Amino acid sequence: MSMDYYREYILDHYRNPRNYGKLEQPTVHAEDSNPLCGDQLGIDLLIEGDRISEVRFKGRGCAISQAAASMLSEMIEGKSVEEVVHLGKDDILEELGIDISPARTKCAFLSLRVLHRGLAMGGFEKPPTDDNEEE
Amino acid sequence: MLTSDKVDDTGTTVRTAADIRNDFPIMSRTVHGKPLVFLDSAASSQKPRAVIDTMNVYYETYNANVHRGVYEISEEATAAMEKARVKVARFVNARQGKQIIFTRNTSEGINLVAYTWGNANIKAGDLIILTEMEHHSNLVPWQLLAQRTGARLEFVPVTDDGLLRLDIYEQLLQQQPKLVAFTHVSNVLGTINPAQALIAQAHAVGATVLLDAAQSVPHLAVDVQALDVDFLCFSGHKMLGPTGIGVLYGKRELLEAMPPFMGGGDMIRTVSLRQSTWNDLPWKFEAGTPAIAEAIGLGAAVDYLTALGMQNVVRHEQELTGYALQQLQEIPGLTIYGPPAALRGGVISFTLGDIHPHDLASILDQEVGVAVRAGHHCAQPLMERFGLAATARASFYVYTIKEDIDILVQGLHKAMHIFQL
Repeated sequence: MSMDYYREYILDHYRNPRNYGKLEQPTVHAEDSNPLCGDQLGIDLLIEGDRISEVRFKGRGCAISQAAASMLSEMIEGKSVEEVVHLGKDDILEELGIDISPARTKCAFLSLRVLHRGLAMGGFEKPPTDDNEEE
Repeated sequence: MLTSDKVDDTGTTVRTAADIRNDFPIMSRTVHGKPLVFLDSAASSQKPRAVIDTMNVYYETYNANVHRGVYEISEEATAAMEKARVKVARFVNARQGKQIIFTRNTSEGINLVAYTWGNANIKAGDLIILTEMEHHSNLVPWQLLAQRTGARLEFVPVTDDGLLRLDIYEQLLQQQPKLVAFTHVSNVLGTINPAQALIAQAHAVGATVLLDAAQSVPHLAVDVQALDVDFLCFSGHKMLGPTGIGVLYGKRELLEAMPPFMGGGDMIRTVSLRQSTWNDLPWKFEAGTPAIAEAIGLGAAVDYLTALGMQNVVRHEQELTGYALQQLQEIPGLTIYGPPAALRGGVISFTLGDIHPHDLASILDQEVGVAVRAGHHCAQPLMERFGLAATARASFYVYTIKEDIDILVQGLHKAMHIFQL
C-alpha cells in the first residue's frame, strides 16, 4: 500500500481543525480515549428539535484521528439526528478518502465512536448494524 | 567496535554488529518492499537462530513434562530446564539457582512480590517509594497493594533531563519506607539509574528493594550480589529469548519466608483435602506446568549474550546511542527527551515538530521500513510529567548497525517533507 494517508486536505484538517473547542451549554457531551495510544477526544452537541445545530470537538491525537473528527464535525452540523445516527465507518472512510491499515482504524473511528456514545446519552440509540463498534 | 576479530580484555572475540546480524533470521526479511530496520528492541528483541533452534530441538526430540516423569525424555527435559535456571543464575551472578523463579514476564514477577511479600509485610500507613519514571508494570501492582492494605505511595520526581531527584529521594527515605521499587533503566528516557547507591541508601533505613530490570539485564552486566538487591525482575523476550518466560530473583531468606503466589501442581510437597505444604524453592512459586521450551530457550539466549560478552554489548550500544543522538540532534524541529549519552542506555524518545508520533511511526514503517514504537510506552505518569501525550522511540540492541540509524534519519526527513515542515 502506498503512503497516501497524509494528503493535503488531511493535514489541513489536522492543523486547522473545524469546529474545534467546546460549547457553552451542550445538549450532550461525550468523550473517549484510545488506551493504547493515549489519543483523547471529546464532542459537544447542541441538539435543537430533531437537528444537530452545533458541534464542537476537542482532542489530541494523530493526524488521522484529528482529521477524521474535524471532517465528521462538518458532516453532521445542521443534519437531522435521524440521519447522523445512521452514520457508519464507511461514511468516515469515504470522507477521509484513504485506505486505512488495521493498526490505524481505531484512530479513524475514534470520533465516530464518541459521537454515537453522545447520541446514545441523548437518547438517540444507533440501531444495531454489522459495523457497530464493539465497546 | 565495527572492526572484526578484535579480542577484548576478557579474551572474548569482539564480533561486529554486521556479523552478529547474520545470526538473526528475521533480519533478512523486507517490509513494504524495503529491508526491515528494527528499532524497537526495548519493546521486544529479535531472536537469534541459536534460541529458535534450541526450542525446536526440545519440541522435536525430548518434549515432555518436567519434574514428574521417570522416563528418559522427561528426565532430559527436566535437566535442560534446570540447567537453564543455573545459566540465568550465573548470568546475573545469583548465589544459587533456586533464587531464580521462572515467571511469565517482568510484570508477573513484580505482581508475585506485591501479592506474597507485600500482603505479608505491608500494613496500613506503611510507605512505599516509587518513582515518576516507572513503567505501568512497576506502578499498578503497588497501587493495588496500597488499596488492599492502606499503604501510602510516594514518588521520586524526575528532572527535566530525565534523572531522578536524588535530594527528594533522600528526604523520602527519612520517612522510613518499607519498600522501595524503581526501574534500573527507563524504557522511555533510557536513563540508567544509580541502582547500587539507591539500594544502599534504602537498606540504610531498613527498606526492602525491588528493581525492575526489564531494560537493564538485556543490555548491562547486572550483578545481583554487587547490587545487594532484594528482588529483581526481568523478561526473557527483551534479551533475545522467547516470550512467555521471565525471571524473579530474590534473596533466599525473603523467598523462603514468603507464602506461595499461585496454587497448583508442582508447587506442593503434600496435599490433603483441607491443607497442603509447599515445595522447596524455586518450585514453591512455579505452580502448574511451566513454560519449558521457553525456559530452555532463555538459557540459550543467556549463552548467546555471554558469548558476545556483556561488556561488548554495553560498548556497542553506547557507541550507537552517541551516534544516534548526534544524528538526530541535527534534524530541525526534533526534540529528544532524556539524559546525555553517558547516562543512558540504547533508548531514545523524541518528537518531531507537530507530527504526532503515530503518524511518524506510520511514515517510517511505510516509507523506509523502520519499526519504532509510538505512544506513551506504558508510562503515562512520566509522559504527563513532560507534558506529552506520546513520543516516538527508537531502541537499539546487539544487531543494530549505524546504517539503521542513517535510514531512520532519512525516514524522518521524508516525514518532514510529507508534513511540509
